[in-house]
This record gives sequence, C-alpha cells and structure tokens, in this order.
Amino acid sequence: MRRETIINAGLAAGLLAIPLWAHVTGEIFTITLATRVAILALAAVGLNLALGLGGLVSFGHAAYFGLGGYAMGILAFHAQTYDPIFTWPFVFEGTKQMLVIWAVALVASGLAAALIGMLTLHTSGAYFIMATLAFGQMFYYLFVSWPKYGGEDGMAIYVRNDFPGLNTLDPIQLFVICYALLMAGLFVSWRIARSPFGLALQAARQNAERVETVGIRPFRIRLAAFVISGMITGLAGALMADLNRFVGPTMFSWHTSGEIMVLVILGGVARLYGPVAGAALFVLLEHWLGGVSDYWLAFVGALLLLVVLFARGGLIGSLAGREVAHD
Amino acid sequence: MTTILFIEQVLNGLQFGVMLFLMAAGLTLVFGVMGLINLAHGALYMVGAFAAASVAAATGSFLLGLIASLAAAAMAGAIVEIVVIRRLYRRDHLDQVLATFALILIFSEGTRWLFGSFPLYLDIPEALSGPVTLPGGIDYPLYRLFIIAVGLAVAGFLFWLIARTRLGIRIRAGEADREMIAALGVDISKLYTLVFALGAALAGMAGALVGAIQSVEVGMGEPVLILAFVTIIIGGIGSIKGAFVGALLVGLIDTLGRTLLPIAFGTVMEASAATTVGSALASMLIYILMAGVLIARPQGLFGAAA
Repeated sequence: MRRETIINAGLAAGLLAIPLWAHVTGEIFTITLATRVAILALAAVGLNLALGLGGLVSFGHAAYFGLGGYAMGILAFHAQTYDPIFTWPFVFEGTKQMLVIWAVALVASGLAAALIGMLTLHTSGAYFIMATLAFGQMFYYLFVSWPKYGGEDGMAIYVRNDFPGLNTLDPIQLFVICYALLMAGLFVSWRIARSPFGLALQAARQNAERVETVGIRPFRIRLAAFVISGMITGLAGALMADLNRFVGPTMFSWHTSGEIMVLVILGGVARLYGPVAGAALFVLLEHWLGGVSDYWLAFVGALLLLVVLFARGGLIGSLAGREVAHD
Repeated sequence: MTTILFIEQVLNGLQFGVMLFLMAAGLTLVFGVMGLINLAHGALYMVGAFAAASVAAATGSFLLGLIASLAAAAMAGAIVEIVVIRRLYRRDHLDQVLATFALILIFSEGTRWLFGSFPLYLDIPEALSGPVTLPGGIDYPLYRLFIIAVGLAVAGFLFWLIARTRLGIRIRAGEADREMIAALGVDISKLYTLVFALGAALAGMAGALVGAIQSVEVGMGEPVLILAFVTIIIGGIGSIKGAFVGALLVGLIDTLGRTLLPIAFGTVMEASAATTVGSALASMLIYILMAGVLIARPQGLFGAAA
C-alpha cells in the first residue's frame, strides 16, 4: 500500500474511533468537535474538487455553504411557524425533515454555482478569484439586508431537524449522519478523480489548449465540476446549520470562503483526504489556541503563511511525500 | 426636496467613489506591475486609519494624523513586501491569495491585540467641520467636499506620475516587460518595493480620510477591499483610468441605489415592502453591474484585450 493510502485509512478510522470512544466515556464535547471536523471536511471536499482537480481558485465557496445553511434555516423557520414559504404556483411548506432539507440545499447551491460559474468561468487567474469573491459577498449583503430571515442577526432554529429512524438530538447519532455524508462526499470525489470526466478536468487544468484540440470544451467540464463542488459545500452548510441550530450571514462572509480554502491548503491540495486532515488540524488549533489566546487566528495566519511559503504539500504532502499522480 | 436629495446623494456617491479609487489604484498598480493579487490591501487601509487616529489623538492635529497614516501604511507596505510579498511574485495566484489572506489574519488580530476591540474615533478638524452652502441652497458637509477634492487631486497626481515622470516610465515599462527593464539596469526589486509602498500609502490615506466619518475599527478595510475588487473588474485590471471610472461608477450606483430604489419601489408597493425589496436589490446592484461587464467585456471597460 502507498503511504498516502495508509494515512487516509488512519484518518478515516481515527475520525470515527475518537467520537465513539468519547461516547463510551461520556465526553459529549469531543463528539461535537468531531462532528464539526466532519462537516468542515465535507465543505472542503467540495472546494477541493474545483480547486485541486480543476485548478479553479474559487474564493466564493461561502456562497454555497451559506445557501445550504439558509436552505435549512428557511425551511425549518417556516415549519416552526406553520407558515408556507409560498402558495403559488403550488403550496410549498417548511419542513423539519433533513432529507428534504438536504435536497433543497443541493438544488439551491447547485443553481447558484451554475449561475456564478457561467458568469465567471470565462475569466481566469486573478479575475476569476476576484469575481467569485465578489459574487460570494453579494449573497452576504443580500441576506444581511433581508429582515424576514433574521437580517444581520441570523436566526435560531430551536429544535434540530429529524432524520428517519435516528434521534438527531443524540450527539453520536448526529455525528454518524455527518460522518456518513463525509464518506459519501469523499467517495464521489474519488470516483470523479478517476473517471474520464475527472481526467479531462485535470487535463484542462494542466493544459486547456491541448484539451480543446482533442475535442473537449474545458468550459463545460469546468462548469460541471464547479456545480458539483458547490453542491457538496452546500450540503455541508446545511449540516453546519443543523449542528449549530443557527444560521447567520457570517456563513456567507468571505472569511468563511477563506477558511474553507485554508482547510484544503493545510491538508494538502488535490489530496483525497487533504480536506479531512486540514479540517481536523483547523478544529484542533481552534480548540487549543483558542484556549491559550484570544488572538489565535493570528497564529493560524502565521502557520498558513509558513505552509504557503515553505511546505506546499500541506499536512498530507509532508507526511506522505510528493505524489506522482498530480503534476 | 427631491433634487436637493439627489444632488446630495450624487456628492456622497462621488465622495465614496474617490475613496474607492484610492484603494483600487494601489491594487491595480500592484497587479499591473507585479502580477500580484493582494487581499491584504484592506489591512493597509486599516493601518492608515489606526495610525491617523492614534497620532491625531496624541497630538491633537488632524494634519499630523494624515501624514502619519501615509507614513505608517507605506512603511507597513514596504516591510510586508520585503518580508513576504517578494517571495510570491513567481508563485501562482492561489499561493498569493492564501499568503495575503494569512497576512489579513495577522494584521487584524495584531491590531486587535494592540488597540483592543473597541473602535477608535478620529475627529474632523475644526476648520473642515460643519456644512457649507453650495450654489442652489444645498447644505453639504465641508469635510466630504474636502475628501472629494483630495481624492481628485491624488488622482491627478497619479496620472501625472504615471504619464510624465521617470518613475512612471519605469512602472509602465515594468508592466510591459520586467526582464527587459531589469536588463537595462533598473533595480527591479527596489522598484517593486516602491510601487507596493505607494499603493499602501494610498490605501492608508483613504483609511485615514474615511476614518474621520466612520469609526476606526478592526476589519474596516474588508468591505472596501471587496468593492475595490468589483471596481477593478469593472474598470479592467492594471488600468489606472479603468480604476478611476470604475470607482466613480461603483460609488455613484451603490449610493444612489440605496436611496433611490426604496423610493422607486415605494411608488408601486406599500412602504415597508418597498424598503425591504429596494434595499435588498440595492445591495446587489453593483454586483449585477459587474456581472454585466463580465458578460459583455470580460477584460473590463479599460482592460487590454487578453
């Protein structure tokens, strides 16, 4: 087995084993931390698809994360108040069913990604970064100035949503849901990386002209990847909203986009388990440094700077060594 | 009444626009000359505002505060360029974005550590406070007129600097072909530091000028930075003229949209709904404009065709 496969298996097993152990010993807080890791990792898995495989440096993934969150918030808010979201052309009621919420989150973030992708994917380099950043921020200002759904304050959802057959109020059961979705997300991105579609996407990153010469249009490949990427991050947003039982416009803020990107980079760009390693490291740093100093983000900044300047493969890169498969 | 309100809002938009120009000019210069995308530009804006507020509070002189903002931001810019940014010119945009994002975290938390979380206040100097009566009987704050004048003067200075001076020639040559001007004996790394410090000083000055109208707080540079990006996308990356036109467009459309759209919707629907819909739409206006520019002219209004 390759070294990276062993590390990946260790990460997957560790992320499952630690909360199970915490469940046995009754340390609820550890379970919540692990749930956070799983959800953030899922958001980063989404971004890693666009960023790592496609080379699309999207600085606006908070848009999809936030839309997923607000899909949950709006549906649950209307279910809470028994007030349908709209009655024309058909009656659309709020719901507390996670499965429905996830579907809406996937559709909403997918549509937004399709729209933003169509507008921005014709550009490249710095234009693409700035345009995705600005469109992401547009959603932030939209939801800040929309008082019905909490405006600047966001809104709290008092009871966690339901999943058939499970008690979502039990931390370990919620963790299992999130962990299962993370594994599903990793499976999807693993399949994509090895599919003809994924190969074309990676080829378009390395040399768009050559891809075009063999009759593949990079724009369509990239758009498809961008939409799938946004949907995965949107699903993570819905889960994060359910974990916190709160949605607020900060989910849309460009700091969120930056953080999701930091997770990918800390873990290792284009590594399958990079997002998981990055999310775990980030949550641990947040937990430890947050206890040491109020200014812990400055240390995260310093660490990020060092990784970017000197350790470009991220955590998995420095543990597993340089991988041949990605340029 | 409506005309007066309209003219006031146009002036407000103009004031906002020239401040955006000071930010966007630095960003676009740095991008044009060094090919670097700098997210930490908003942090330099914040450094300028904090320097101005603390020096003005200590000395009681707004002018000294303004000079301090220029000096502090230029110095912070030069140090950052020498320590970090210099290593990023040859890297791809992803590395640049991440490293400058890291710089934002360090700057923001560092400022919070030094000055605390409470906002500082920078008073408008005595001589510039109070309203003036414009022709047509409109009362308008003198300080905002002062900002417009300073902004326009700086814009004029920049155009002169780029078009007429030896430094400007080097900057333009650096944009066109950096290897060649290095081969001709221009110390390219000194030039880069200078351009970066110049951009930083402009941002710091904008921060100090705006700091007297708003509060001086951590994170104040970020909304402006995003708008500066929108400005550059509209105007075209690397073009000072584009930055100027884009900044005025964004400033005017954003300011006018926020006042006029709720009023416009008020004529067709009830007042509270009009305010909600109008302000929500107004917050998206400039992004819609940006989307339009991206569709019609992806290289921006004044950008060179790729």
